[in-house]
Amino acid sequence: MRALLTASTPASVHLAHASAWAVFAAGAVLILSGAIGVVLLRNPVHSALMLVVTLFGVALEFIDQSADFLAAVQIIVYAGAVVILFLFVIMFLGVDRKERFKREPFRGQKPLAVILGLITLAEILILSRVGNWATGQHSVAGDLYGPGTNIQKLGQSIYTRYLLPFEMTSALLVIAVVATVVLARQQSRAPGELTKDEQTVLPGSDVEVAGR
Amino acid sequence: MTVPGAWYLVLAAVLFGIGATGLLVRRNVLVMFMCVELMLNAVSLTFVTFARMLGDIGGQASVFFVLVVAAAEVVVGLGIIVAIFRRRPEATADDLHMLKG
Repeated sequence: MRALLTASTPASVHLAHASAWAVFAAGAVLILSGAIGVVLLRNPVHSALMLVVTLFGVALEFIDQSADFLAAVQIIVYAGAVVILFLFVIMFLGVDRKERFKREPFRGQKPLAVILGLITLAEILILSRVGNWATGQHSVAGDLYGPGTNIQKLGQSIYTRYLLPFEMTSALLVIAVVATVVLARQQSRAPGELTKDEQTVLPGSDVEVAGR
Repeated sequence: MTVPGAWYLVLAAVLFGIGATGLLVRRNVLVMFMCVELMLNAVSLTFVTFARMLGDIGGQASVFFVLVVAAAEVVVGLGIIVAIFRRRPEATADDLHMLKG
């Protein structure tokens, strides 16, 4: 009996190990392919759909690190609400046509941007190689591995230690909703009247109003 | 702790780099905004990883607040974009120089 137990435990541990690596690899592939798709695809609708792929990959990594609640919220809020909002704005405004690349305000901006991105990445990686990854005291704001489920511990932390920030986010959300309503409202004006912006833009401008 | 936290941090760094590069390369305001979302997600992944490495619930609580603030940011940002595109339908990020001195 004891021999059976000692023989079976490493096998199950090995299986859990392998499955964690498999979930990590799948999430990494989803994240990287989605992110590259967001940057490279010309059509904004395709970019938004690739953003969904990346967000699913991040949710997978959350699950792999046993942040169950955050994974669910990631899917619901990001993939469910934010990307739908993006798609709604794209369809609503009809901006799903390709980017114009005829004018380059800064010559060589794109290679410079790629070089700058690579430098950013190299800096982050070098900095992280210099010291230890995570230093400091453990479990300052609350124990992650204690008894209870992940949601229970997270809720307890938010409603006790982080109560004031939590209440402030409610004020922030109300302000954001009011601001959006004010921003997106149609200004009522007389027909034929041009705004100051349109008056300056229309004659001989670089915006192709007459050509369309 | 099966997969070492370093792997997640490297993945998050790569995601952040791709998002930053996309923000610099693209001209479409909406796609630039999506790249900002990519960078936000990279930082969220870092927070969760450090929460696991330190056994601290504070990292996950921070990601919770990042999600809320990101939602508010998307709503306000898309409102601004709608307001801009209503005035100038063909605008890219380079055409928006009305505040230029």
